[in-house]
Amino acid sequence: MTTRERTIRGQVAVVGVGETTYYKHGRAPESEFALALQAILRACDDAGIDPRQVDGFASYSNDRNDPSRLAAALGLPELRFSNMQWGGGGGGGSAAVGNAAAAVAAGYADCVVVFRALAQGQFQRFGAAPPGGTVSGEAALTFPYGLISPAQRFAMRVMRFMHDHGVRQDAQRAIALASYHHAQANPRAVMHGRPLTAEAYDASRWIVEPFRLFDCCMENDGAAALVLVGADRARDLRRPPAYLLGVAQGSEHRNAARGHNAPVYASSSFTTVAPHLWEMAGLGPKDVDVVQSYENFTGGVLMSLVEHGFFAPEEANDFLTLENLIAPSGRLPLNTSGGNLAECYMHGLELQIEAVRQLRGESTSQVPGARTALVISGPMVTPVSSMVLGTEAMR
Amino acid sequence: MSAATSYLPAGMPRPVSEPDGLDRPYWEGTRAGELRIQRCRACRGWQWGPEWICHRCLTFDLEWVTVAPRGRIYSWERAWHPVHPALKDHGPYLVVLVELPEAGGVRMLGNLLGDPQQAVQIGAPVEAVFEPHDEAAPPFTLVQWRMTP
Repeated sequence: MTTRERTIRGQVAVVGVGETTYYKHGRAPESEFALALQAILRACDDAGIDPRQVDGFASYSNDRNDPSRLAAALGLPELRFSNMQWGGGGGGGSAAVGNAAAAVAAGYADCVVVFRALAQGQFQRFGAAPPGGTVSGEAALTFPYGLISPAQRFAMRVMRFMHDHGVRQDAQRAIALASYHHAQANPRAVMHGRPLTAEAYDASRWIVEPFRLFDCCMENDGAAALVLVGADRARDLRRPPAYLLGVAQGSEHRNAARGHNAPVYASSSFTTVAPHLWEMAGLGPKDVDVVQSYENFTGGVLMSLVEHGFFAPEEANDFLTLENLIAPSGRLPLNTSGGNLAECYMHGLELQIEAVRQLRGESTSQVPGARTALVISGPMVTPVSSMVLGTEAMR
Repeated sequence: MSAATSYLPAGMPRPVSEPDGLDRPYWEGTRAGELRIQRCRACRGWQWGPEWICHRCLTFDLEWVTVAPRGRIYSWERAWHPVHPALKDHGPYLVVLVELPEAGGVRMLGNLLGDPQQAVQIGAPVEAVFEPHDEAAPPFTLVQWRMTP
């Protein structure tokens, strides 16, 4: 496999990461904007970069914290790049990193921060119906039937996938157990000190079949940020660079066809995206040391792992066991910080941070000698995105 | 056929046509007890959900055609957690995605009428039931589904 001539591979690195304390939703003592500022300052401090060197911002999912306000608040000498990745959910998490890296590689900016901040107590929760009595367009075809929340929207896809391939509930359970297992070692995790057993999973209530309570992400308050600079500059900074080896975004043919009419329906939207990722990275699933895969719902993780080539759908029941998914010695250590299920639903950006930690050897559930880390963002929405980070040795 | 009562409690979100009129023929059709979807006059391809252009041949020459109100279950879910105030204390309900083999395999959503705890089989044949909400402002009719007797 060869990389293409036009590629971001190895040109840009994550040199700093920062995050606030992670809170249960509605519990953040500060405003959402203050949380964003805190995470950005911590990421700059981690990198050893003066915050006034930041000259660009990238985010996703209609983050409310406007880059121009951030630039004004931080007293930046100038703002050279501001970018919003279209699409809802967490599908834009890796794409935002890709967009920031592209800006650095293209010379639009020199030091770009990717961030996401959420304080849902101050705004609308994702998992509740929005206010208002009438709906139109796509929502008119779904809301009157009680098909409203993200869990309800995506259960239909996962149900079909499980039917087509004989996937059992235990496969989803293993994904939930792995996240909770790793959260017990991570003092930052909201579910630290709250272990989950297989019995407790089995006894938990249905949210919408085939998702039980523990198949669904939390909703949280907090903020996370990453600082990106060019590879030439990255080596001179305080921390070991995590190089972007590949990134891809998008979705399949007519994925957004209204009323659940996507031709490739039982998918996490990565069937066309993942091959682009591997081609750019010059790597394949066998080369990945650790995976951070966005859990909106465990079924989405399951399908996204299939679509990134880790196992065939028919192998899901055998592959997805707790033993296989946990650090340090599992076949595919997954969501080693606890992820969206048990660390924090920082809309997935905590997963990019955990990938960087793994490459620095600083995870609370470290995979020994990890040199490559895959991050998968927002399965089942459109557009989705995924990225591979690597150490200096992999560049 | 029409349903005498509504499957879900009163107070659920009410559908209205889009301001640009794209899906108005669909909602007018359900009021008349008909299932109408788009078909391209040029390539004769079926299209659902509605769009202004045919995704196959890129003409804007689409017509609305009444299709047979029957299909088979493509996927399903049983929702338990109430995410809308109207569903509080209601209990579980079924939503089905129905494939219409006689209309190019397009899919339509709806509730599956009957016992919400019933076993549901992907592939099972279903037929449409029109559920009028005459008292709503503006009035509308939902398309629901029931197992083919």
